[in-house]
Amino acid sequence: MILDVVVKRSWNWRVWTGFGVAVLAVVSYIPVFARFPVTRDFPWANLLLFLAAGYLLAAGLRRAFTQKESCRGRVSGPVFAVLSLALLALFAYGTFVAARQLPSGQSALRVGQQAADFTLTAADGTPLTLSQLRQGKRTVLLIFYRGYW
Amino acid sequence: MRSFEQRLPDFAARGVAVVAISVDSPKESLDLSRSQGYTFPLLSDPNAATIRAYGVIHEHGGEEGRDIARPAEFLLDSSGTIRWEHLSESVLARLRPETVLQAIDGMSPPVMR
Repeated sequence: MILDVVVKRSWNWRVWTGFGVAVLAVVSYIPVFARFPVTRDFPWANLLLFLAAGYLLAAGLRRAFTQKESCRGRVSGPVFAVLSLALLALFAYGTFVAARQLPSGQSALRVGQQAADFTLTAADGTPLTLSQLRQGKRTVLLIFYRGYW
Repeated sequence: MRSFEQRLPDFAARGVAVVAISVDSPKESLDLSRSQGYTFPLLSDPNAATIRAYGVIHEHGGEEGRDIARPAEFLLDSSGTIRWEHLSESVLARLRPETVLQAIDGMSPPVMR
């Protein structure tokens, strides 16, 4: 007599979690650097999350294909792995390529040159000149920023 | 700029006035100052004339192709001469206030009064 054993294949949580961590790696960029500004210039926290995602996906895929009888994920595994790789590529492109599409600094005023005077409007509507800022022989740090929009 | 707000006392102790410049309108600057608690002046350069004069324009870098400033910093001494500058290589990268403070402390002749 043949005993039919129906083994319910277990849920491959590693590939699902791996993909979840990859999504987290992307969406956490802004909230993380808002709290820890060092992660803004080089997103090491996000890259570490991608590394963790990669590990989980690799482990999940390995199980899906070596333990076919007991473990699921032969479809979801590769799909999530490809999606996660796409997320990594997108993230890396955004932070390392697109964000660096800046004009060359050739035209910027150089150290030793006289700073251009200006009259600009402050947030309260009053005009402010560079000479006013320098009053009292003060040193001035000008921070040019992209704006709030 | 939040980190600069936090280190304002260190800049004040060195006789350095901190001001920020962008193409934002005074109204937008006011909203930003209020929401972030900035106490240093945010100056409005809507036509980017000053931004261009300093050579830090990023053409079509803003929303709807608007010309905006690239992230950059200039330290001017009391005679108005540029003593130190920094241009960010990435729109995401920002200068840390500690870097400027160290540069100020290491300057010869000193920029301090």
